[in-house]
Amino acid sequence: MKFINWSKQNLFANWKDSLLTITILYLFYVSMPPLLNWVFLDATFFGDSKKDCTGDGACWVFVNVWIKRFTYGMYPNDQIWRINLAFVIFFISIGSYFFVSSKIKKCIFIFLTVIFPFLAIFLFHGGSLGLEEVETRVWGGLFLTLFISVFSIIFCFPIGVLLAMGRRSNLPVIKYFSIGFIELWRGVPLITVLFMAAVMFPVFLPSGTNLDKLIRVIIAITLFESAYIAEVVRGGLQAIPRGQYDAANSIGMGYWKSHLLIILPQALKIVIPGVANTFIALFKDTPLILVVGLMELLGMVNMAKTNPAWLGLATEGYVFAAFVYFIFCFSMSRYSLGLENKLKTTN
Amino acid sequence: MKLLRKNIEKLNLFLENYPKIGIYFPQFLIILLLGIIISYFSMNASTNMAARGIETGFGFLANKASFDIQFSLIDFDSNDSYARAYLVGLLNTLLVSGIGIFFATVIGFFVGITRLSTNILASKVAEAYIEIFRNIPLLLQIFFWYFAVLRLLPSSDNSLILFNFVFANIKGIYIPRFIWENLNYFLYGFLFSILIIYLFVSISKKKQEKTGLQVPTFTTSLIIFFTINFLVIYFGQVGLTLSYPVLETNRGLHNYMGGVSVIPELIALAFSLSLYTSTFIAECVRAGILGIDKGQKEAAASIGLSKAQILKLIVIPQALRIIIPPVTNQYLNLTKNSSLAAAIAYPDIVLVFAGTALMQTGKAIEIVSITMLTYLTLSVSISIFMNWYNKKNSIAER
Amino acid sequence: MKIIKFAVSIFAVLLLAACGNESAKKTSTLDTTKSQGFVKCGVSQGLPGFSNADASGNWAGIDVDVCRAVAAAVLGDATKVKYTPLSAKERFTALQAGDIDVLSRNTTWTLERDAAIGLEFVGVNFYDGQGFMVRKKSGIKSVKDFKNGTKVCTNTGTTTELNMADFFKAAGVSYEPVVFEKADEVVQAYDSGRCDTYTTDKSGLAAQRTKLSAPDDHIVLPETISKEPLGPVVREGDATWADVVRWSLNVWIEAEEYGVNSGNIDSMMDSKNPAIQRIVGAEGTKNGAGLNLDQKWSYNLIKQVGNYAESYKRNLADTGIMPDRGPNALWTNGGILYVPPVR
Repeated sequence: MKFINWSKQNLFANWKDSLLTITILYLFYVSMPPLLNWVFLDATFFGDSKKDCTGDGACWVFVNVWIKRFTYGMYPNDQIWRINLAFVIFFISIGSYFFVSSKIKKCIFIFLTVIFPFLAIFLFHGGSLGLEEVETRVWGGLFLTLFISVFSIIFCFPIGVLLAMGRRSNLPVIKYFSIGFIELWRGVPLITVLFMAAVMFPVFLPSGTNLDKLIRVIIAITLFESAYIAEVVRGGLQAIPRGQYDAANSIGMGYWKSHLLIILPQALKIVIPGVANTFIALFKDTPLILVVGLMELLGMVNMAKTNPAWLGLATEGYVFAAFVYFIFCFSMSRYSLGLENKLKTTN
Repeated sequence: MKLLRKNIEKLNLFLENYPKIGIYFPQFLIILLLGIIISYFSMNASTNMAARGIETGFGFLANKASFDIQFSLIDFDSNDSYARAYLVGLLNTLLVSGIGIFFATVIGFFVGITRLSTNILASKVAEAYIEIFRNIPLLLQIFFWYFAVLRLLPSSDNSLILFNFVFANIKGIYIPRFIWENLNYFLYGFLFSILIIYLFVSISKKKQEKTGLQVPTFTTSLIIFFTINFLVIYFGQVGLTLSYPVLETNRGLHNYMGGVSVIPELIALAFSLSLYTSTFIAECVRAGILGIDKGQKEAAASIGLSKAQILKLIVIPQALRIIIPPVTNQYLNLTKNSSLAAAIAYPDIVLVFAGTALMQTGKAIEIVSITMLTYLTLSVSISIFMNWYNKKNSIAER
Repeated sequence: MKIIKFAVSIFAVLLLAACGNESAKKTSTLDTTKSQGFVKCGVSQGLPGFSNADASGNWAGIDVDVCRAVAAAVLGDATKVKYTPLSAKERFTALQAGDIDVLSRNTTWTLERDAAIGLEFVGVNFYDGQGFMVRKKSGIKSVKDFKNGTKVCTNTGTTTELNMADFFKAAGVSYEPVVFEKADEVVQAYDSGRCDTYTTDKSGLAAQRTKLSAPDDHIVLPETISKEPLGPVVREGDATWADVVRWSLNVWIEAEEYGVNSGNIDSMMDSKNPAIQRIVGAEGTKNGAGLNLDQKWSYNLIKQVGNYAESYKRNLADTGIMPDRGPNALWTNGGILYVPPVR
């Protein structure tokens, strides 16, 4: 009874609504069964080669066989534990962050932002202390996606904050420099910035300096995204009422002191959702690095689908990659939405 | 060490006595720093290039390109210059952006409005659409449509045929080409009718403001439009014939000739750009409509406006004011994202110029700079336009 | 005010760094290579027979053998090579910038590349020419059979793209080029039917054919429409290094001419033939002095890499990619492989 009332109100309120509802239901009826059949019922999940796929549905064997490459790229199989170890440490410290007292929280935060990056790089790259060196060009897959996103965001955040402050500075040179810098990166597509990193950077460095391609790419993405972060942070700075600045000034705080202690903590709190959105955008931009020859998840799928033994399975590969990206982006966007709502209610 | 500290203390004291230095010094420092960085990099570049005997300069733009381009809006062949190849690429970028913007807007408005529908099912479907297409990287979507979906089309001797004049196969979609007679008369007539309608609408608006009388502008405009255009077409003998694509067989090769060929790269790119950007536009539209105070609608209803009138006179004008700036921003993003064309073989500016031309000439610095400058010009001019538009349309607060 | 102090110190550091770098002296590639202990070599991202990595990351191919030859000559160990896979777009910048010291990546020697973009070609290790591949069922038997509207798949930014333009222009046939940056994508586009024909160097056609879903349904047309001398490249302006790479290449090829190979080189050390003595660097010949290499450079090279014939057999003949040596036979055997004498 309740359901009938509910559907009367929400689905069949008038003839237009009813028509719409029926059309959508019909479309579902037509499209869903074949889709489900393809994905689940007729699909083959286990096997070793393309020949094992006998049904009409998807050949998930492809994903199953290649999953290690999709996750870790061409990273040597016997060294993969190093990546896993780093991620386990990362997730344990993040997880424990929510369950400990604020004093330990501080320690964890410092560990994550200051010590962990170096530890991670050491684990991934190796080359000393008995760890075998693994060159960056064999890094790949989802691991590389996460590596590039995390490191770019770590670097671009402080630069972005400085640029945002610069843009609001009273000193004309600093102000126009910041505006120019921000607008330059916001005005060009990432792909041209990556080309710049791949084919132009080397010409500008002294001959013989061999800067790793991965580092060049991270620099390029950092410069690019810091401009976007700057605009987000600027929004936060603008939202701080004038009185806060005046109050800080009146008790004798200088520019840096007042910003560090009074303004930025408030402003950054406001912009967390915006920063999260920029991070999602950055994450979605990482596949572009395949134009300069680095292979993250999408690059690895592209490579696998051209393997002669696995031709014709592009759809499965792309659907899988889309699913992985979707999980990450969707959960991050929900998280930022939650934060946004929480901020709204606390203010 | 002690001496140093003493000197620093002296410096601090000095700076406090002359506060202006605190203003000029950091700026001076920035300029100096920038100068050093720039000169350091350019010095490196020039020594590097001198050592390797690389010539710099833009003279190469006048050289013969000696390569061909799959698809161009203007005539191009291998005897044309690199400058013209650049132009071809730029026009192709603008073409795919234009198509993408059109469809993204249509889909975006439709989905955005559906998202606010009272029909929960429709609203949920719209939400699912938005979440799916905005949370999957654009490049992946392009690959999916290009490599997975469009590659499923049949071979060219086995095309899908729609209405007997649209042919779709793996090499593209072929549609008839319009061949006009006296097209210029039609265009003049068309412009003339638009002008008349514009005059009519503004006059009747003034009249309404003065007297309160409402003229049925829409119907009258339609009548004006059709009458004028019909007369022009009839008396100007404007004719339209279609040139159909024809399947030509050369031994075992089958290709459609004649008509207009729409290459699959363009379809995949325009399609994914539209779908991806439409989700962002839909969110802008939704925010715009939600951003209108409920009181506005109630006030309008209370003075007796009909539902359609409320939508047309109260909601849409105000919502547009909120919607247009972020949507323009999305248009800009779409244009920048069209550079992903380079990953599939659509000959946009990045593929033709920053790709082929760069590799043929080896002029990395010049070509990447020109390409970046082109995009920068596009975005800066759009930002300037947007600022102007916002100023013009901002509500004059009293 | 603290920030100003901070800025001053940063500024000073930067200034020092900048000046320090400027005054750093340029060292020759040969010396750097000797001191760092490996040769930095640029190869393709995967072209069977020329440069291709197996699943465990070992590189093999006739282009790779050039890198190995240089390493053996300079360092005495052919395995001391650091390979950098490069796309067509990156290859020249990587060489110019010093990311690599030898580019051995099926690169065609042309005037423009040699003269205008700061490269120096040191020789030819493979004589190739551009050809076309079509489906058997298309019935095309010769390049003369192509008519207007032909869709052609190829790689962007290569000489192939230019030759193809010239060829179709001369034939007066209109065509549509479908160009991708990655060879794999070209192959797939052609395989899916997006294009009527696939054009690249004939060796490339033979190698890529193995990646098609049904290799036997395709044939390579008999005509060759261009000259593609492929060879190793070095930076312009370092003559010593160019000489090292050039003569590593030459001795590798001349060893075949005089029948010196990895198997018999130890016995050849005592050969009475003065030409062979020079090739193997026997006692009394001042073999490596002019190149600033030690006396055993050519011995190490031939012992570890083998001569050209061995490389060819290992990489191109035994793999079935190009069983017939064609123009790459020695000049004495009806080919055009002819190198300056090692003396």
